[in-house]
Amino acid sequence: MKKLINSPETVLTDALTGFAAAHPELAVDIPNRVITRAVRPSGPKVALISGGGSGHEPLHGGFVGPGMLDAACPGEVFTSPVPDQMLTAVRAVHSGAGVVLIVKNYTGDVMNFQLAAELAAEEGVEIRTVLVNDDVAVEDSTWTAGRRGTGATVMVEKIAGALAERGAALDEVAELGRRVNAASRSFAVALTAATVPAAGKPGFDLPEDEIEVGVGIHGEPGRRRERHRPAAQLAAEVVDTILADHELTVGDEVIALVNGLGGTPLLELYVVYGEVRARLAERGIHIARNLVGNYVTSLDMAGFSLTLTKADGELLELWDAPVATPALTWS
Amino acid sequence: MDTELAVAWIREIAAAVEQQESYLTELDSAIGDGDHGSNLRRGFTAVVTALDTLEADSVGAVLAKTGTTLISKVGGASGPLYGSAFRAMGKALPQATATPAELAVALAEGLLAIQQLGGAKPGDKTIVDAWTPALAAFEAAAADGLLAAAEAADAAAAQGARDTVPLQARKGRASYLGPRSTGHQDPGATSTALILHALADTARAA
Repeated sequence: MKKLINSPETVLTDALTGFAAAHPELAVDIPNRVITRAVRPSGPKVALISGGGSGHEPLHGGFVGPGMLDAACPGEVFTSPVPDQMLTAVRAVHSGAGVVLIVKNYTGDVMNFQLAAELAAEEGVEIRTVLVNDDVAVEDSTWTAGRRGTGATVMVEKIAGALAERGAALDEVAELGRRVNAASRSFAVALTAATVPAAGKPGFDLPEDEIEVGVGIHGEPGRRRERHRPAAQLAAEVVDTILADHELTVGDEVIALVNGLGGTPLLELYVVYGEVRARLAERGIHIARNLVGNYVTSLDMAGFSLTLTKADGELLELWDAPVATPALTWS
Repeated sequence: MDTELAVAWIREIAAAVEQQESYLTELDSAIGDGDHGSNLRRGFTAVVTALDTLEADSVGAVLAKTGTTLISKVGGASGPLYGSAFRAMGKALPQATATPAELAVALAEGLLAIQQLGGAKPGDKTIVDAWTPALAAFEAAAADGLLAAAEAADAAAAQGARDTVPLQARKGRASYLGPRSTGHQDPGATSTALILHALADTARAA
């Protein structure tokens, strides 16, 4: 294992120290592992809190700021944060208008956020939970822990964050978050495995000419192992897989995220984006907005995920609303 | 079991987890995300530190402290699951000394807590697959004393963990692999077997 770390034990603390130094516009509580905005919104506002294991940067800390999250709770690498962190975050950002917890659907995340929500409710804070579960690679939800939360998390955090910033009520913000999740589907392909620092070696071995299809973002193997093939073919298959599960029809508009998993050059992601766009055009679907880059990563895994969110006027307007975070900024 | 023996059990678990960390990680890498060993080591190291300053007046206080510390320190799925289990066991044992029969009741409460939070049934390839047979074995041998019950639970949990090999996971991260999760021993069932092996070791040493 060759990594820019001091030790596997200190990687999270060391990264948070650097993140805090790089972003004075954020307040980083390193001992408690909670990231908040340095300047709180004036007046009561529905607070959005997310969190999850580390190793997916910029998710979630990189999305804290005006127009998006109020707080993020980073856990150990690929490990859900603990309820104490979330409770600390709730106390820090709750301004009387209630709190929306944005939770990716993983067993650990769901349980830890559930325990935190119970503790916060005991303190009299109104809590709503938005579960993100967009990964169509999980085919049989009744026999598994259910679909994983991946790229749609960015869509939910951005769009619900914009609505909260405008002063919408707790239930409206939560409802919109759920609507964005329901309108989103994702699928990922890996060319290499991720190496968790504490494990010291890749999560799985992949021969030079093979890929893992339908991977998650935690270094676990995917549904199938297949021969590698040109980007055009892969992109088309990923688009088709998502469309087979999506209610999209000819003439619809989408927000498309071509997301790098951490170890893929932007050059290649743009190749993929071009192919995705072409395939969607063939199917009569128009990309109204796009993001191309590393947003929901899996440490050093090479590969990409595609997320398509069916868009309407309201979602696009909220998508375009100003945002100022380390990883997503426009005005 | 008195408070001293309860603390000894938890310390034995911590030692076992530390010793088996890489084995648990290896099992978890095959069908999960490779962090089960390091998460449990971090959790039980914190538990040992917490117990150093705890003045426990009951077996339950030791186990409850273990549970709350695991919930605060571990994260992932194993933190809430084992944390809730130890908390539930703690709640069931408010007395200074617990008989094997009382301990059996506590183990049953622990299993219930795990199943309520995680929703797993036997055969889903989880902690439940080791805890369920261990509980049955402990209950059956409880009349023969702590050592006999703990040794029976130890053997049953180890067998339960081995029996997860051919199963297809239906809960947790391994479930995403579908049929590819078969042929591997479940890391959670394996750590449960470690916990019961530690109980047998502790009872033997007492």
